[in-house]
Parts: sequence; structure tokens; C-alpha cells
Amino acid sequence: MPYEFLEDVATADIAFEAWGSDLEEAFSAASEATLNVMVEEPGAVRPLETREIHLEAEAVDVLLLDLLQELVYYKDAEQLMLRVDDLEVTGGPPFRLDALARGEHLDPERHRPRVDVKAVTLHRFRVEKTDRGWRASVILDI
Amino acid sequence: MLEALRKISDVVWELPVTHKAGMRVPARIYGTEKLLQEMDEAVFDQISNVATLPGLVKHAICMPDGHFGYGFPIGGVAAMDTEEGVISPGGIGFDINCGMRLLTTNLTAGEVEPYLKSLVDLLFGRVPAGVGSRGSLSLSRTEFRRVLEEGAHWCIENELGRPEDLARTEEHGRIAGADPSLVSEKAIDRGIHQVGTLGSGNHYLEIQAARPADVYDPELARAFGITLPNQVVIMFHCGSRGFGYQVASDYLKVFLKVMEASYGIKILDRELASAPFRSPEGQDYFAAMKCAMNMSFANRQVILHRIREVFADVLGRSAEDLEMHMVYDVAHNTAKLERHLVDGTPRELLVHRKGATRAFGPGAEDLPAAYRETGQPVIIGGSMETGSYLLAGVSSGDQAFFSTAHGSGRTMSRTKARRTWRGRELWREMEERGIYVRTASWAGLAEEAGAAYKDIDEVVEATEMAGISKRVVRFTPLGNIKG
Repeated sequence: MPYEFLEDVATADIAFEAWGSDLEEAFSAASEATLNVMVEEPGAVRPLETREIHLEAEAVDVLLLDLLQELVYYKDAEQLMLRVDDLEVTGGPPFRLDALARGEHLDPERHRPRVDVKAVTLHRFRVEKTDRGWRASVILDI
Repeated sequence: MLEALRKISDVVWELPVTHKAGMRVPARIYGTEKLLQEMDEAVFDQISNVATLPGLVKHAICMPDGHFGYGFPIGGVAAMDTEEGVISPGGIGFDINCGMRLLTTNLTAGEVEPYLKSLVDLLFGRVPAGVGSRGSLSLSRTEFRRVLEEGAHWCIENELGRPEDLARTEEHGRIAGADPSLVSEKAIDRGIHQVGTLGSGNHYLEIQAARPADVYDPELARAFGITLPNQVVIMFHCGSRGFGYQVASDYLKVFLKVMEASYGIKILDRELASAPFRSPEGQDYFAAMKCAMNMSFANRQVILHRIREVFADVLGRSAEDLEMHMVYDVAHNTAKLERHLVDGTPRELLVHRKGATRAFGPGAEDLPAAYRETGQPVIIGGSMETGSYLLAGVSSGDQAFFSTAHGSGRTMSRTKARRTWRGRELWREMEERGIYVRTASWAGLAEEAGAAYKDIDEVVEATEMAGISKRVVRFTPLGNIKG
């Protein structure tokens, strides 16, 4: 998944950029980066549980904010580590996002927990179209 | 950036209102020149953004441990006029009522040494830490709503502590005016299983010792319960967990919608989203935020109870016999209504403190009788490798609305720290230095390496030089539980 953690952006927290050839790919990559902040082995998360995610927002950046907040919510509410696939963004505005998030309950042995994400912040938060697709810039509060 | 600052004293610096368009009051930054040089540029940018908010009284203030935050820098203090001013989730932080608690024992480091590993191991089991951790309490939604209203009082009713603990907690462990009908079901889902959990990031629980050479003020130390050479104390740092984070996120969105459209407030950063304190949205957030404050007081109360249980189990003596008394519980992410003298006139102000500790001086009415003469105990958490402090509030703290620092403040990003240190190696090095650590995450441990933080000694010294708090005791870590 195309994403990169940034070293010198948020001193106390974690910043990343995620990208894709379309909005869906960029959103999936940002979801995967968020999972990789919570656990060191996102690849070890098996698709045993499914949660449907349906969101609507006036702007695409708010849609991504809400999507990542859903992942943070399931981490606390159900201890679920989720990977987002089957993601579709339609309409606009309002934009609509429908996705399936699959994963399993946190298993410290296999997933190797890293840090708890408190919230997705709006600081330097951006979803932008580039020459090669879409890029999202995100800072998570730790 | 330093050239833009006006030097008020060796430890107080000012950005005048001419520094940035829209500033209504000057911004004051506390710290030695060295600490200011180490601060990220964002601190100066953010504290001058804060100075543009409506209703600010005197100055926007940043503490010597200031670093990059969201909207406000961490270390930010803003006192607002309650009629003209705003309330801002960014001035409180996502982790509402994140705070510190300190308790004493009558044991010395030598007496604890043979039991240290057993204590740390059992504490690691009984105080859940790490990603999405759950506590041992099973609460119904109705009962959890009671926690949100009652705070630490709910714990005492349920035999998770002693009545004496309440008097030694800021707001007596329950802030009035919390309204659970104003928090989302999502917030309840996130917090309901988390009462009694530490969390992760920079949250920790530590067994520490007060070395005789590190007692700066023996009289105050005695008044705060530090009476023995090498006395063992326990300090921990945590907040309102997923519950508070969700309350903050929910209201940030509400404020972004109404701020400019309904109230004409223009801000320089979306994380500074605000609403007039007296507006319906402002009052709703204030009452919801108080639920998170109470959840956090309860969280720390349950953890305190578990610590007493563990010490009693491991040492085979009761917590009473071990004289495990609370020194104090301080909040460092809040907005509270307080009375302060402004130009000689008493005024009620809404004081935002984000990564800043309330530090009332001697005589303050809100202090328990035991601390009325001494000033408020202030608990400052350092990095897990270096040490922590107990300070006292002082009369000259009125210059900063009786606020002081809260910790050491980071100087290196987590991502960079992870590349610089390996968790297991750091663990071994710390063990060689006599600090036994249990962690829920090796990577998380590396991110918390001491060298990723500012020099805690310099931070507290700056607060003393500035006259906003004074040093009482420095504590050395012996054992640490890291989320």
C-alpha cells in the first residue's frame, strides 16, 4: 500500500502521506497507514469480521476524516483492527462513501501493537488531486 | 523566530500584537533561551494564533515545555472573558482531563528493590495498557453514565478507593455540570470498557524514589508526605481514554459548522474551532467536556485502587499499613471557570489549560485544608528515563492565571525516535541502569526514549525562575509500565 510516515512534521504524534491513482486507492492506503500506526504487522490482520461503513459528507476531505475516525472508533469500541476494501466514493457534493472493513480482534502476539490513536486531526489535513491521482496528508493524535 | 520576541525577563518572552494580523493580545512564552531555541516554530505560530481568539484576557501564554499541538500548542494557557470569549476544544486537547496522580508509601527504595520486578509485573497485569486496552470493570450504559456525572465519587461508592482520596483530587474528583445526554453513543461505546486503563503513547505508571539530594524544599516535601530518605512513591499519567477523544472530535465538527456561519468567528487554523462560551454549542461542549473530566477522574481513581491492591498483594501488608496516601491528582487538559484578579478586580474567567497544570498558590480557597498554607502540589511527569517532579504553586503564579508546566515536552518526532532507537535495546540499557520496564509495545517504548524529550530539569527550573511554581522534590524512576 502506498503510504509514507513523515519524520519531522508532528513532534508528539504521527504524520503520513498516502496516495493512489484514484480516490478509492488513496483512501484505502490512508486506512492501511492508520492501521500500521496501531500495529506493526498490519499484514497479519485476518479478515474474520466485517463491518459496513456508510458515510456522507459535503467535501472529500471530510469523508476521509470520517472514514479514519471509524477505524479509530472500532479499535476502542470492539478492539477490532480493520482493513478497508471494496471502497467506493460516489456523487458530490454531498459525497458518499460505501466500504467494507474486514479484520479481527487485536492479537498482541501476531499484530504487535504499537501506539493508540486518539484522534484524526485537521492539522495540515489535505486530500488533493495530483498529476498521478490523489494524495492525502494526515496527522494522527497519539 | 527568537528575533521577533521581546525579552521581558530571562525566562519570559513576548510576541507583541503587531507580530501577526488579528492578534488581540500579546503572546507570552515562558522558558530559558535554550528551551525557546529548542521549541519548534509551530509553538510561536500557534500561540500567536491563539492570541487572535475573541475574549482573551491579558495574554495568550505558553509554558516552558511547549511544543506543537493542534490549534493551541501543548503548554498553552488562555483565560477567556465568560461573556465575550470563546471555548475551544483545541485549547483543551483531545485527551480531556489528561492528568497526573501521585501517591506515597512508607517504604524506601532499598525495601522495595527485592520486590520491584514482582510489583511491576503484577501492575502490568492489573492496570491494562496499550492499544485499545480494556479494564476489568464491566459497566452497563446506565452505570457508565453515572460515572460521567459522579467521577471519582462513583468509585468511592463502589469501594474503589477511600473518601480521603477525593479531597486530594482537583475538583474533589467530580466537576459539577456534566451532562451525559450531550455526549454521543459513539463516545460511550469507546469509553465504557476503558475505566481503569492507562492507554498508550506517553501515558505511564512509574515506581519512583525521592533521593535525599533531590529534596529541594524539605518543609514542603514533609507537608506533601515525602518524609523518608529514598522514599518510594508511585506516579501515573493518563486521561479520559477513547471517551474523551470522541467527545473532542464530535464537538470540533459541531464548532466548525457554526463558528463562522452563526457567530462570525474567523480563525487561522481549523483546529482552533471555537464557539462563544455563552452560545448553545459552547455550553453543550462545556457540559460534555465535563463528562470526560469525570470519566478521567474515575479512571485514575480505579488505577490508584489497583496500585494499592498490587502493593498489598506483593508485600503482604495492607495499603493502610503501607501508608499509601494520595498526594494529589492534577488535571492538565481542561477548561474551567475560575476566579482571578485582573488589574485588581476579581473576575470569573474560563481558563483553558492544554498541557499546562493549574498551580494555585497558598491561600487559594479551592485547595484542601492540608494544602491551604503550602500551595497546591503540582505533579510533573518527565520522560521514563530521566525523572519527574513534585512542585508547589506560588503566590506570584497569578501572572499566568496560576498555571505551570506539565511535563518535559518532546523535541523529536515519534517516527524519528523509532528509527533512532530499538525498543528491546533501550529496555536492556534501562535495566542495567536500575529501571525495570514492562511495555505493551517495543516500538512504543522506543518512541518514548528520554532523549526524545526536553531536559525536564531545565523546564522546572524555568518555572521556578519565572515565579509560577517552585521545586519541592525530584523523583528517580525505579520501575515503569508503558502503554
